[in-house]
Amino acid sequence: MSVKENSAIRKRSQLSLIWHRLRRNRLAMLGLALMSAILLLAVFADVIADYDTKVVGMNMAERLQTPSAKHWFGTDGYGRDVFARIIHGSRLSLSLSIISMLIAVAVGSMIGAISGYFGGRVDDVLMRLMDMLLAIPPMLMSISIVAALGRSMANLMLALALAYMPVFARVIRSSILSVKDQEFVEAARACGTSDARIILRHIIPNAVGPIIVQATLAMGSSILTISSLSFMGMGIQPPQPEWGTMLYEGRDLIRTSPYLVIFPGAAIAVSVLSLNLLGDGLRDALDPRLKN
Amino acid sequence: MSTPLLETRDLKKYFKTPAGMLHAVDGVSLTIGEGETLGVVGESGCGKSTLGRTVLRLLEPTAGQVLYRGEDITTFDKRRMFAARQEMQMIFQDPYASLNPRLSVSEIIAEPLIVGKLCRNAHEMNERIGGLMETVGLAPRFAHSYPHELDGGRRQRIGIARALATNPRFIVCDEPVSALDVSIQAQILNLLMDLQEDKGLSYMFITHDLSVVKHISSHIAVMYLGQCVEYAGTKELFANPLHPYTRALLAAIPVIDITRRGKRIETIQGEVTSPIEPAPGCRFAPRCAYATEACRQEQRLCQVSEGHWVACCRAAGEEA
Amino acid sequence: MGNLLDIRHLTVVYHTEEDEVHALSDVSFSLQKGETLGLVGETGAGKTTTALAIMGLLPRRVGEVQSGEILFEGRDLLRCSDADMRAIRGASISMIFQDPMTSLNPTIRIGDQIAESIRQHQPDMKRADVERRVDEILEMVGIPAARKREYPHQFSGGMKQRVVIAIALALEPQLLIADEPTTALDVTIQAQVLQMMGDLQRQLGTSTILITHDLGVVSQTCDRVAVMYAGEIVEVGTAEDIFLGKTHHPYTTGLFGSLPDLNRETRRLSPIDGLMPDPADLPKGCRFNPRCPHCTALCRECEPELTARGSHAIRCHLMGKEERA
Repeated sequence: MSVKENSAIRKRSQLSLIWHRLRRNRLAMLGLALMSAILLLAVFADVIADYDTKVVGMNMAERLQTPSAKHWFGTDGYGRDVFARIIHGSRLSLSLSIISMLIAVAVGSMIGAISGYFGGRVDDVLMRLMDMLLAIPPMLMSISIVAALGRSMANLMLALALAYMPVFARVIRSSILSVKDQEFVEAARACGTSDARIILRHIIPNAVGPIIVQATLAMGSSILTISSLSFMGMGIQPPQPEWGTMLYEGRDLIRTSPYLVIFPGAAIAVSVLSLNLLGDGLRDALDPRLKN
Repeated sequence: MSTPLLETRDLKKYFKTPAGMLHAVDGVSLTIGEGETLGVVGESGCGKSTLGRTVLRLLEPTAGQVLYRGEDITTFDKRRMFAARQEMQMIFQDPYASLNPRLSVSEIIAEPLIVGKLCRNAHEMNERIGGLMETVGLAPRFAHSYPHELDGGRRQRIGIARALATNPRFIVCDEPVSALDVSIQAQILNLLMDLQEDKGLSYMFITHDLSVVKHISSHIAVMYLGQCVEYAGTKELFANPLHPYTRALLAAIPVIDITRRGKRIETIQGEVTSPIEPAPGCRFAPRCAYATEACRQEQRLCQVSEGHWVACCRAAGEEA
Repeated sequence: MGNLLDIRHLTVVYHTEEDEVHALSDVSFSLQKGETLGLVGETGAGKTTTALAIMGLLPRRVGEVQSGEILFEGRDLLRCSDADMRAIRGASISMIFQDPMTSLNPTIRIGDQIAESIRQHQPDMKRADVERRVDEILEMVGIPAARKREYPHQFSGGMKQRVVIAIALALEPQLLIADEPTTALDVTIQAQVLQMMGDLQRQLGTSTILITHDLGVVSQTCDRVAVMYAGEIVEVGTAEDIFLGKTHHPYTTGLFGSLPDLNRETRRLSPIDGLMPDPADLPKGCRFNPRCPHCTALCRECEPELTARGSHAIRCHLMGKEERA
């Protein structure tokens, strides 16, 4: 087999290699650009539009205005600026989904790692529990948890984390199983490496790829779940500006003021799409065995 | 006679499968002397890789002993085993799977040094890594490359450098060249033989390739379905193969000889039977042209001449 | 006897994202009826590309035949339409791949897989005739016809390769291309399979191109041998030329030196130094020059031609010189 000598000479960190591969994927870069834009808007939401006056404060004089230079996305039935509400809404959606995904990844991968590395009875019990959770659709699970524990942000996060956790447990378990029996792990054992070092240095770094991909994709679908719950009145409550809530509020006026539904809907679609594109791109970029 | 470097006594490794006990290694007794190479030959499924891993206790033996310098390592506790591992290393078959793809070449070679706490500081570590890379013929410019950027031969050299890092005395080589092209294969074989000469290493060389094993080994053990069927010095084995399976194996090697073109060669019929719950008696009997009633008895490895052992009642009788 | 296959100046390039990879350069050889040609070389030498080019199976868009012709019974396969090629593949030319595990469909009974390939080319054949042919061909490769109702996973590696061969030979093609057919098999099984292939070939009069890296297998089965290196044929001749001849291309000499010889005691092997060149960045002049022990200034500058002496041709400047001297 022939090897490109020049690529072997240059020292490159793994991260820059991944970045290099990701950059060649145009769709993934589009996803990354969109997501970064959304994140930036969310971070600087207060600079762009004041929360109290524009987002929750009513202004009946300017109600139901069509999109214009002053109100890019128009105003709603209470005279609130739709653009400002969407931007502030992204804060809610993103922070909720990021935090709940972090919880889900942490707990899920811990369960999956224990399950995969030790196997046997432990594996059986943990995985059957995860199977039970997986059997309930995330939506249904979130609805029942929120309904049982009451409507609050904390409960919503808990519901999402619980709903997505088994997915992560499964993903990390299977990648650990596939890494565990590789010869390089055996080689590490052959020179007396401890279990902890084997897991941390040899197994986890080779198993994180799928988790990052899965987390990115799950974040997209959790945004969708949050909005759906809010639309049904189980999630974020008015007057807080959540995309699903906005859709719900706008649905009565859909004939006369369609922009009330179009823009929040587009916000959901764009953020989910960008996360999916990015996730797919990461899947390819994270595989070190792919030639560059 | 002095104690051999490594000795296995009636070593067994069984695996539980849904269909029953799989006898991967079934009562193998071998010795490897200091500076010697024992070639372990056999076809897929004969248990040669399992034997190599059981000898290093990467797999716990089901029964039997592994004596390293006269001490049974199967009874060692964690601490003593850790010390023993520094002297017993392994080189793997697959130069792709045996290197952690997330680590660079120098990090891979550094692992055993870090784990074994063999270097006092970073400077010493770099020096050792540089030295090891030079020993195995890897240019220093590859220190920061990742395995996937290199070809199979170079990757195998990294694996060898890693195995040498702890200054071992004994190395199990599990098919180290079978994934490589012939010209690269020869480079690696030469390297292994040079290392042996320089450092006085002992190898257990596991392979399915008889011409490779003949080249590198001083002694050869032929395995069939978990058992050693013949064991002898290399010259003796090739000059005077006694077990019918050894003979069939030798006859089947495609040697470069155009006079054999188109001629019929003696091939054994049938295929390897299952190692799951094997019937007592000679395991080669179902394929053996000379099988008789006596082959249903358990076949023990008998010494037929100085240093030549064979597990076949017919061959042993014929020679005696 | 006429040539069944004539390949002339075949040049194939792979277009990858970054580079142009020169997979084959000016490859020419011919194959007579009933003959077995061994195509020898290491990974990346272009053996499989040659086979795929003959089969018309080069990866679309990526692989491009830049020049040359492949004459099969006088007809240029490179000019055939896709439909014509489909009719030729399987019926007149068939191919066996290296890995018997992946070349069979795991969900279809082996008898049906053989029948399928027959029916594809002879749609009018009666069902009972097809069945009879399946039984016949299975017996021919040494598998009891009763096993045709079994699935691939019920067969061992060697048996699977027999099934693959049965499919390839079901329509009695004139040309069989076998790409490393026994590499994945154990030696005793390899011997069985090679023996069976030889018997069938004599029986059916099939011409064979045997692609392998194993010089031993070649010496025992092939009438003629072509040695490939970095996309070129560096030496071609009869088996006697290659295995008994005195003059060789330095690469061929290196290949032989790399093999541990069972009949001779050698303490050290004499391998070829260095590695295969990057096919996207080939050295100037002779492609073997960076690894060649006899390299001269001429070798670094111009590319040598295949110089023929009777049946034996070598692509090396040194040979040309000897000739003139």
